Amino acid sequence: MTFWIIQLLNGISFGMLLFLLAAGLSLIYGLMRILNLAHGSYYLIGGYVGLTVVRLTDSFVLAALAAPIAVALLGVVMERFFLRRFPNQELPQVLLTFGFLFIFADLALWIWGGNPQTLPKPEIFSSSIWIGGLVFPSYRLFVIATGIVIGIGLWWLQEKTRLGAMIRAGVDDEEMARGVGVNVSLLSTAVFGFGAFLAALGGILGGPFVGVYPGADFEVLLLAFVVTIVGGLGSLKGAFVGGLLIGLLDNFGKSLFPEFALFTIFAPMAIILAIRPTGLFGRR
Amino acid sequence: MKTRVFFIGVSASVLLALPLLLSSYQLGLLTKMLIFGLFAMSLDLLVGYTGLPSLGHAAFFGAGAYTVSLLALRVANNFWLDFPAGLVMAAAVSALFGLLALRTHEAYFLMITLALGQVLWGVAFGWRSLTGGDDGLPGVPRPDLGLPWSLSGGVAFYYFVFIFFVLAAAVLWIIVRSPFGNALVGIRQSEARMEVLGYNVWLYKYCAFILSGFFAGLAGNLFAYYNGFVSPTYLSVIFSATALLMVILGGAGTLFGPALGAAIIVYLENEISAYTQRWLLVLGVIYVIVTLCAPDGVVGLLQRWSRSRRS
Repeated sequence: MTFWIIQLLNGISFGMLLFLLAAGLSLIYGLMRILNLAHGSYYLIGGYVGLTVVRLTDSFVLAALAAPIAVALLGVVMERFFLRRFPNQELPQVLLTFGFLFIFADLALWIWGGNPQTLPKPEIFSSSIWIGGLVFPSYRLFVIATGIVIGIGLWWLQEKTRLGAMIRAGVDDEEMARGVGVNVSLLSTAVFGFGAFLAALGGILGGPFVGVYPGADFEVLLLAFVVTIVGGLGSLKGAFVGGLLIGLLDNFGKSLFPEFALFTIFAPMAIILAIRPTGLFGRR
Repeated sequence: MKTRVFFIGVSASVLLALPLLLSSYQLGLLTKMLIFGLFAMSLDLLVGYTGLPSLGHAAFFGAGAYTVSLLALRVANNFWLDFPAGLVMAAAVSALFGLLALRTHEAYFLMITLALGQVLWGVAFGWRSLTGGDDGLPGVPRPDLGLPWSLSGGVAFYYFVFIFFVLAAAVLWIIVRSPFGNALVGIRQSEARMEVLGYNVWLYKYCAFILSGFFAGLAGNLFAYYNGFVSPTYLSVIFSATALLMVILGGAGTLFGPALGAAIIVYLENEISAYTQRWLLVLGVIYVIVTLCAPDGVVGLLQRWSRSRRS
């Protein structure tokens, strides 16, 4: 019983990290039609910068604020000075973001070295809690709660606020949105920065249990891709449901059939793709 | 047209004569350029002609390379068995992946090809008893044709690769000039229009996908013999992306441009790796510079230059 509960929590908490990544990836694609291959790098840099901040200040909270803000600025620079020159041009976007993926990966290796590292957990979540005779690792519960709060926050932002309405208008019809006075250019930069912010937050939250190491950028990018293939690009709901599904499949796959870990993710992806080529909640 | 024939003739004779002038190290590098050039040309059939930007092309290269290596090491170093098996495997993998990937469009196509390529990488990485995992498969012998001459020497092997390169380039040339190739270009320009004209767009794309995988497998086969060693590196997405860079750097949709792009990247990697550990960083910067400054590739730059000179 304990095994299943722990695995379930591990899967859901990992799913929340994937949701944070896929939400940004999806929003950016939805608004700008940019497929950002450097999105996983934001996760990696977020984790590494967080590590440095924790070492310098001993404060997890400070790290969780500073790293995402720094990475968001990085995202803004990438969007403003590079990516916006290539609207709706897949190939240049792919080359450019791949270039950034390599540059970031190599710089991170240079600065932080090649050894896998983990962020220390915040003090209050360092122990497990007992409920009805069962043990729960409290940090995992914290990650799950954070993921759900951010999910609700994003939903509220997108559905209930003026800003959200502007984003939805931009996603549906950019020209019309421009026509009615939405500053799509500024909005795009903001959304890009926000997507980078979420990915870096994923790096911080994942740091204590997934760790940060060379290649993590690529691993999470791949999983975020699978999440968006399953959930559908441009859909927040898709990112959430897909994230949960892939997080659980990945975790149970790795613990139950370690030799076939990849197939427990890719087989369902292939099936969903065969039935719905645009994902569960994708619109086109 | 005349200048093109002249150009091809000159480059072919230069490539034929070069072994007389080069050191064995330089000749090895040239052999690698031909193999990677073939790989880049095979990807160009998808990217430049059909308009399908694949990020998983290393899968077919690796499928061929691993098949040849495994057969040569574990079964028999018989060229007439191993080589066709590698080609069949590459074509089979692309036939399977194509079924899934061609259900999607645009960004989804990029993501699915990347993800599928990564599955094969995962198999090579994880199935240690068969593939040697991260350590790869060392000691792949040079092919034994069962003929009186040996391919163990650098010059003989260079000509062996050269023959395949010329044959493959000729076949690809015929393919892209044929009505089939014109249909592919039509699909790149407007899928809807080709659909209306009565073309079975899916089937054309599927054939292009398999052909492209087949030629990538041919490059992979040759590379296994050339390198004597295969590892998951040659299935990785970094390798797929490098192929894409070769295509764009040379000039997508020009067939010979990508071969030129491959030669440039192989040369740069060789030169820069000798000076610094930071090849990946340099490669990243090359990606950015090419995208910003030479989106049409070297061939595009040359064409623009010759046009401005004429007018």
